[in-house]
Amino acid sequence: MTEQVESLIRKDYAAGFHSKIESDTLAPGLDEDVVRFISAKKEEPQWMLDWRLKAFRAWQEMEEPTWAHVHYPEIDFKALSYYSAPKSMADKPQSLDEVDPELLATYEKLGIPLHEQATLAGVAVDAVFDSVSVVTTYRAKLEEAGVIFCPISEAIKRFPELVKKYLGSVVPQKDNFYAALNSAVFSDGSFVYIPKGVRCPMELSTYFRINEMNTGQFERTLIVAEEGSYVSYLEGCTAPMRDENQLHAAVVELVALDDAQIKYSTVQNWYPGDKEGKGGIYNFVTKRGICHRNARISWTQVETGSAVTWKYPSCILKGDNSVGEFYSVALTNNFQQADTGTKMIHLGKNTRSTIIAKGISAGRSNSAYRGLVRINAGASGARNFTQCDSLLIGDRCGAHTFPYIESKNPSAVIEHEATTSKVSDDQMFLCQQRGLDAEKAVSMIVNGFCREVFKELPMEFAVEAGKLLEVSLEGSVG
Amino acid sequence: MLDIRNLNARVEETEILRNLSLRIKPGEVHAIMGPNGAGKSTLGNVLSGRPGYEATSGEVEFNGKNLLDMGIEERAREGLFLAFQYPVEIPGVSNMEFLKASVDARRKHLGLPELSSFDFMKIARETSKRVSLDAAFLKRGVNEGFSGGEKKRNEILQMMLLEPSLCILDETDSGLDIDALQVVAAGVNSMRSAERSFIVVTHYQRLLDFIIPDYVHVLAGGRIVKSGGKELALELEAKGYAWLEDEVA
Repeated sequence: MTEQVESLIRKDYAAGFHSKIESDTLAPGLDEDVVRFISAKKEEPQWMLDWRLKAFRAWQEMEEPTWAHVHYPEIDFKALSYYSAPKSMADKPQSLDEVDPELLATYEKLGIPLHEQATLAGVAVDAVFDSVSVVTTYRAKLEEAGVIFCPISEAIKRFPELVKKYLGSVVPQKDNFYAALNSAVFSDGSFVYIPKGVRCPMELSTYFRINEMNTGQFERTLIVAEEGSYVSYLEGCTAPMRDENQLHAAVVELVALDDAQIKYSTVQNWYPGDKEGKGGIYNFVTKRGICHRNARISWTQVETGSAVTWKYPSCILKGDNSVGEFYSVALTNNFQQADTGTKMIHLGKNTRSTIIAKGISAGRSNSAYRGLVRINAGASGARNFTQCDSLLIGDRCGAHTFPYIESKNPSAVIEHEATTSKVSDDQMFLCQQRGLDAEKAVSMIVNGFCREVFKELPMEFAVEAGKLLEVSLEGSVG
Repeated sequence: MLDIRNLNARVEETEILRNLSLRIKPGEVHAIMGPNGAGKSTLGNVLSGRPGYEATSGEVEFNGKNLLDMGIEERAREGLFLAFQYPVEIPGVSNMEFLKASVDARRKHLGLPELSSFDFMKIARETSKRVSLDAAFLKRGVNEGFSGGEKKRNEILQMMLLEPSLCILDETDSGLDIDALQVVAAGVNSMRSAERSFIVVTHYQRLLDFIIPDYVHVLAGGRIVKSGGKELALELEAKGYAWLEDEVA
């Protein structure tokens, strides 16, 4: 039976096609001129270029971190191209009708129709293709509510004061190696602004697609929720199958002002590499949010893709009574490696955080949970609950847990629970004796294991996430 | 219904069943009794295809088909049901979801349309009442945090919903108090019909007070050493198994 479970891990990557779209791609290389080129291409103001250059100079002094439980050959940052855009975007389309049909077809294939009438009911989509945002739907409707949802490149020009005030306020340029690189060369991403007291009338989502070869993708997302506002945001990611590894280093910053609430969900399905571990995306992401008084930030992530994942969506609980949540499912298969978790930094009084992390390892993969819970001296009455569960499929994979707990306030209550289990032969036999085939059985058991996290996802995406797990596991039973 | 001819089976390297033959006609209830280690549970496991249990020779015909050629789920879909002695938990998978998937798989195999979620829930709720399981159990994870008795009643609930043609009850009475035993037995009795057969594996005669068998077989040393009517169970209760083992030896 174990052999049967082990071989359950084989299914072609459905999003692995490459679209034949003519692109304007910068030659590989990285120096100040590249940074200037990107800034000029985006027609950015001088302050933005200066900001980038400051980041680039800092990056040059920094060292690539090596503490994560992942192994990969050294990345030659000078061998990558830092900018690629579909040619047809040179004269930016004014409406959907002007968007290259090949591009629309690409998103259709991914199950993300961009025609508003066909989109998922009540979900506004920003589609980012290689380095640029190609279309954002439902903008008019959102603007009625005062919500700004647009490519960040556009926000830099249209809302410079907002961007200046908040960009880098949660993840500073020099925060870490990849964040510094992103700050220097980010090409596009989404900008969201929810005015005071507004509940965003629909789910917002961004779909990121890497298409070109040897291209890094460095998107930057900034979400600002003013006092008492609410927004739910989802990002999805895919890439073609390629033998070479590709680099993705994103930065996401969330600002939840007093009484605001931000729910940020990710379904990450970058190309994971093939069965032998060839190719796949290197995913080095910095995500962090700051909560002011009574604010709440929830991170929910379903990570099934990428060859290497390095990602710790975190919350700084600055304001009193603020709440941070992290719900995560990380599935690794074949030769994938994931080192993911969160940081909950409790600064305000009576701040609360919840961490539910589910790691599933199959094949020869390795998955690690790394989390920090820090209670500062001023955070009286702070509470944290952490639950870390690992599920192993087969006997050649690994699960690791690295929890760090630092408390400087004696009134804090911190709980940590951890379990490791296997998909047991007895569970498989029960399912099969009731008429379910082995693949259905494994996917059902794994979905059950992830239930606590899936219920945090917006409805439409919970279904999608369940299916994605099924696909990612297919072939691990034979 | 079921025709077992000269079945030999082993678990790992150990020969457990030796030249076992047994014929069960539609509508019959056969009790398999015997001392610990006689191979009683092995029989159910071999028939249902549990990994690790290997039939080395002999033949088993089930509803006219070669049972030993079929995969685990195929046997189940053909109507073979095993009620487990120790039902395992599947955390996070709701009982309802699990039951519906099982019933859908069986119906699909029989060429019947899937039941709508609404219809299925209605049937499942009514059926759970028949085994005195509160409908709240349908929403909980499969066997998750269930008591021993609740797990066994959940097995009978699955059996009722799947409507198998052959039900194998593997020491379903173990660990049950008398009330739970009666609920389980009533459930089984309500399912008895001219088309459905049962193999009731048990160590004690107690269960057979409630589920009256047509035949009783004594399994010892991997083979059937004695067969008889329901009175054989009473005789075993009075005399134990030792005299039979002596008889065989």
